Amino acid sequence: MSDAISIQNLNVWFGEHHDLFQAVKNASLTVATGASFGLVGESGSGKSTILRALTGLAPQWEGQMSINGTDLTHKRDKQFYKTVQMVFQDPYASLHPRQSVDQVLSETLHLHGFKDIDNRVNKLLLDVGLGPAFRFRYPHQLSGGQRQRIAIARALAAEPKILLLDEPTSALDVSVQAEILNLLCDLRAEHGLTYLMVSHDLAVVAHMCERAAVMRNGEIVEIIEVADMRAGKTTHDYTAQLLHASANRVA
Amino acid sequence: MTTLLDVDNLWVRFPNRTGVFDAVRGVSFSLGRERLGIVGESGSGKSLTGRAILRLIRSPGIVEAGHINLHGENLLEKSEAQMRKVRGEKISMVMQDPKFSLNPVMTVGDQIIEAYRLHAKASKAEAYKKSVEMLEAVSIRDADRVMKAYPHEMSGGMGQRIMIAMMLIPNPEILIADEPTSALDVSVQGQVLSIMDKLVKERGMGLIFISHDLNLVSQFCDRVLIMYAGRIVEVCEADKLHEAKHPYTQGLLGSLPRFDAPRDRLQVLTRDPAWREAPSVEARL
Repeated sequence: MSDAISIQNLNVWFGEHHDLFQAVKNASLTVATGASFGLVGESGSGKSTILRALTGLAPQWEGQMSINGTDLTHKRDKQFYKTVQMVFQDPYASLHPRQSVDQVLSETLHLHGFKDIDNRVNKLLLDVGLGPAFRFRYPHQLSGGQRQRIAIARALAAEPKILLLDEPTSALDVSVQAEILNLLCDLRAEHGLTYLMVSHDLAVVAHMCERAAVMRNGEIVEIIEVADMRAGKTTHDYTAQLLHASANRVA
Repeated sequence: MTTLLDVDNLWVRFPNRTGVFDAVRGVSFSLGRERLGIVGESGSGKSLTGRAILRLIRSPGIVEAGHINLHGENLLEKSEAQMRKVRGEKISMVMQDPKFSLNPVMTVGDQIIEAYRLHAKASKAEAYKKSVEMLEAVSIRDADRVMKAYPHEMSGGMGQRIMIAMMLIPNPEILIADEPTSALDVSVQGQVLSIMDKLVKERGMGLIFISHDLNLVSQFCDRVLIMYAGRIVEVCEADKLHEAKHPYTQGLLGSLPRFDAPRDRLQVLTRDPAWREAPSVEARL
């Protein structure tokens, strides 16, 4: 079985000429089908950039990326977006303020060429634990957790196999975070999804993922099994530092 | 312990189309030279409590309280002009979001210098020097460059540290920090917290630390108030937070993913309507 996501020697740049900035340096990782993989590191370490390069939001990249064995080119086709979808960090910014939940979901379904849109919208809302009562609400009528559920429903609309999660709970309260993480676990089991998840919270990554890559300054310093991470079996100093910092946050 | 601040029966109300919404409902507590944590979910009234102390709630919002005493002087009876003397000099506040709390059309340096010179008689050169020192104190590396930069050129974490530097430069007696570290990485978080910790210890400052992060508060603070729906449901010693009795506190703790103790499903909070109705716990020293 081929890997769901495979990235080899990925370099990503932003800006041009003298402003050129290399955000990701020579990153390589593979995620098996059905696995959940975490990316951790400080802000600015390039973890979100890897996700953006995968979805095609960071056009200046070099290296090899493949999804289910198919190499990605700089232009992505429709099939790609039916396989890979992304959930963004801030549910307050990722939904159009003047589009109702119904509009957001039906437009997405329409773009992916589905026919029975009406049923599918209701089904998606049920999938994310909201129900049809939320269908005609606008984002400002929803709480942060409900908005993130809508963003997840939108990502699921295309029936993807791979979800890219960019800090899906960092804008939410701990009680709501628990609900969303549980929902993501359920969805993964139900739909057989593969997750690539970015988070700065080691506890969240440890809860959700089996393996994780630790990033610093655009480089992957270590790829580690979460079980080893829990046991403190790190091979790189930086990982140990990060573990220490998140366990004893008051220096 | 000496009491710096005493808040008695504080209410914050917002009139709306359907009546009056009570955001903070009869909260009483006092603050000594200590680190007092206020935790709760969004909407529990923790930030409004902080703002109400500085009288930063704008009309139509209504603030009512028995008293808000700073060294025995009631802040509610002060005029706006007198309040301006209190803000910054006696009590200052680090707001949650540096993007909205820094002036976008002034350089960072000008803002910090302004904050300093409003409260201290100092020449521009002295103020500049002091500002650079302060920026270095909050571990900003190239302070001279940052002084000349505008807020939009800074990252969230830098902005947050600039805010903290600006709030500490007038040397206040009480610092109200509203989620000061939630935008920061764990490693920087530690640095910022140790800066505040040092100030509490060295200057005998009182700190009100508003946060939704229970683990952080239990490690960092001395005493914790847990707020729910505008009331204090529980007060405890920070290091005993994990032995908290109220089901809401226990629920919040249970919903955290634990690094050391993995489990398949996280506990989800079930809310009891009785929590809303229970009277506010008094949190005096």
